[in-house]
Amino acid sequence: MELLSNLTLGFGVAFTPMNLLYALVGCLLGTLIGVLPGIGPIATIAMLLPATYALPPVSALIMLAGIYYGAQYGGSTTAILVNLPGESSSVVTCIDGYQMARMGRAGPALAAAGLGSFFAGCVGTLVLAAFAPVLTDLALQFGPAEYFSLMILGLIGAVVLAAGSLLKAIAMVVLGLLLGLVGTDVNSGVVRFAFDMPELTDGIGFVAIAMGVFGYGEIIANLAQPEHARQVFTSKVQGLWPTRQDFKDMTPAVLRGTTLGALLGILPGGGALLASFASYALEKKIPSKPGEVEFGKGNIRGVAAPESANNAGAQTSFIPLLTLGIPSNAVMALMVGAMMLHNVQPGPQVMTVNPELFWGLIASMWIGNLMLVVLNLPLIGMWIKLLSVPYRWLFPAIVLFCAMGVYTTNHSVFDIWLVALFGFIGYVFHKLDLEPAPLLLGFILGPMMEEYLRRALLLSRGDWSVLVTRPLSAGLLAAALVMVALVFLPAVKSRRAEAFVEE
Amino acid sequence: MQLKHQKDFFSGLLFMATGLGFAWSASRYTVGTASHMGPGFFPLLLGALLTILGGVIVYKSLLFETEDGGRIGPWAWRPVIYVVLANLSFGVLIGGLSSIGLPPMGLVAAIGVLTVVAARAGTEFRWKEVLALALILAAGSYVTFVLLLKLQLPVWPAFAGG
Repeated sequence: MELLSNLTLGFGVAFTPMNLLYALVGCLLGTLIGVLPGIGPIATIAMLLPATYALPPVSALIMLAGIYYGAQYGGSTTAILVNLPGESSSVVTCIDGYQMARMGRAGPALAAAGLGSFFAGCVGTLVLAAFAPVLTDLALQFGPAEYFSLMILGLIGAVVLAAGSLLKAIAMVVLGLLLGLVGTDVNSGVVRFAFDMPELTDGIGFVAIAMGVFGYGEIIANLAQPEHARQVFTSKVQGLWPTRQDFKDMTPAVLRGTTLGALLGILPGGGALLASFASYALEKKIPSKPGEVEFGKGNIRGVAAPESANNAGAQTSFIPLLTLGIPSNAVMALMVGAMMLHNVQPGPQVMTVNPELFWGLIASMWIGNLMLVVLNLPLIGMWIKLLSVPYRWLFPAIVLFCAMGVYTTNHSVFDIWLVALFGFIGYVFHKLDLEPAPLLLGFILGPMMEEYLRRALLLSRGDWSVLVTRPLSAGLLAAALVMVALVFLPAVKSRRAEAFVEE
Repeated sequence: MQLKHQKDFFSGLLFMATGLGFAWSASRYTVGTASHMGPGFFPLLLGALLTILGGVIVYKSLLFETEDGGRIGPWAWRPVIYVVLANLSFGVLIGGLSSIGLPPMGLVAAIGVLTVVAARAGTEFRWKEVLALALILAAGSYVTFVLLLKLQLPVWPAFAGG
């Protein structure tokens, strides 16, 4: 019963008044940004990083994690009520959720999303607690060659499972890797690509990149579009509780969504977004019972399944981060950055060196999920009011938070210039349909990949075949190859296009 | 020659240019061998890879027909300029600009100017609203960053004794 004693340790850490408070703050902030369109979890976590300096690492990570899964909840609220996905992972929730709201069934839709998410969150936390030690044992057998191959697999996974052109996404990863190399080379002490700017000797601040590309880039792109006419179904939120028939319909959907989401979350590149798309597609394939509402017309299964899946995926995507130190998506990449800022080296040793942090974070996720259900269902009215805040008040505030956040990270004005530059670059990316998330992943992994490759080749005396002769490494590379090959299969190719176009 | 996909064409060019730039500057550092990688080894490898990827993207954009031609569409210069400008003026005001002899002007001035300039990026601009917003943001930031988080930030201009 090691699991039990570990969880007890975790809950002991998470149940301190301070950490409960930070979990609450994180959840509230996360929901807030989830509700507000035009600002995502990536920009928010980046903005709040400096605010967490003063905190102990556990509290900081608890709060940042709260933002991440709080955003999933908030995103679904706006998806259902206004047909506006607050987060990309709730895009599919719009389809049936909004239709339910139009029929006056916003209450049951919100409850289905909330309860489904809570259930999925509980399962996700358990999966995380059960699998993490196993994976950690495996990770301790990894040499540099395995780590290098694992990162290749992670990066390939991230781009294969994302929408859009594979070639462009891979190019963005490589660009990110290169940007990550700017600064002092740890091995030789040579300062690379710094253009003689002393501020660049430590490399480009990842907060500056994240805020520029995700914060400013998104604002500019949003302002370039005419404002949507928003129709809010506030008056119709009544009778929150689903009927008995609703429960009957949604329970299996929640179970399926949770399973699928938990599995996809573990995959490199997986996470909330993919999980929600895949589970909606799955629900549509399962034949409807007689008398059931059609999909796209307000079927409760179409809300419950993707919402459970995205929350389960959000939880389990912490597994590769906490056990292997490899981020599987852009939010996790930021968590790596946050851990490093707090002098916690992500990787398998976290669990042994820092068990309080590890299990405390896991336990706090469950608490956070509980808080979200308890808080959000009664607070829905307040979140809806926030939606009526016009964007023209919102975006100057976001511009300010980005500038403040990046300045307070290092007290360096140079970083403010960098944000401006990356903001412009972010808009260029937007215009050219270049997905910025792979860039951020590459940026975080760049220096690590170089180091592992260098060590692997040093040990093998320059023999590249070490990457394929060691069985574990070969297996990981083969998996990456299979993923790429799958994309080029005609059947998968058309499916993939279909899955991401459905709206 | 006809562009079949404008966005991809320019993306590819961008990747090629960046890749070449990185590869060229990497080659000026010690490259070394695989068993003893110098600081130039990995970036040279990646730069070359990025150039090739960019080349393939350009090649495809010239060859394969697409429905809409992948047009980039008009640039939204107004938000670009004002958002960047707001950010730059924040930096100048909070840090000062020694080359023109401007001392650090402090948090309050920086937030005020940033809010007004940033608000220009939108389609609607009402002085009353923007000033009220600036006031709220300045007060809120003061409470959060200076009082609660106790960050060392200049609040008022340096000459005002802040």
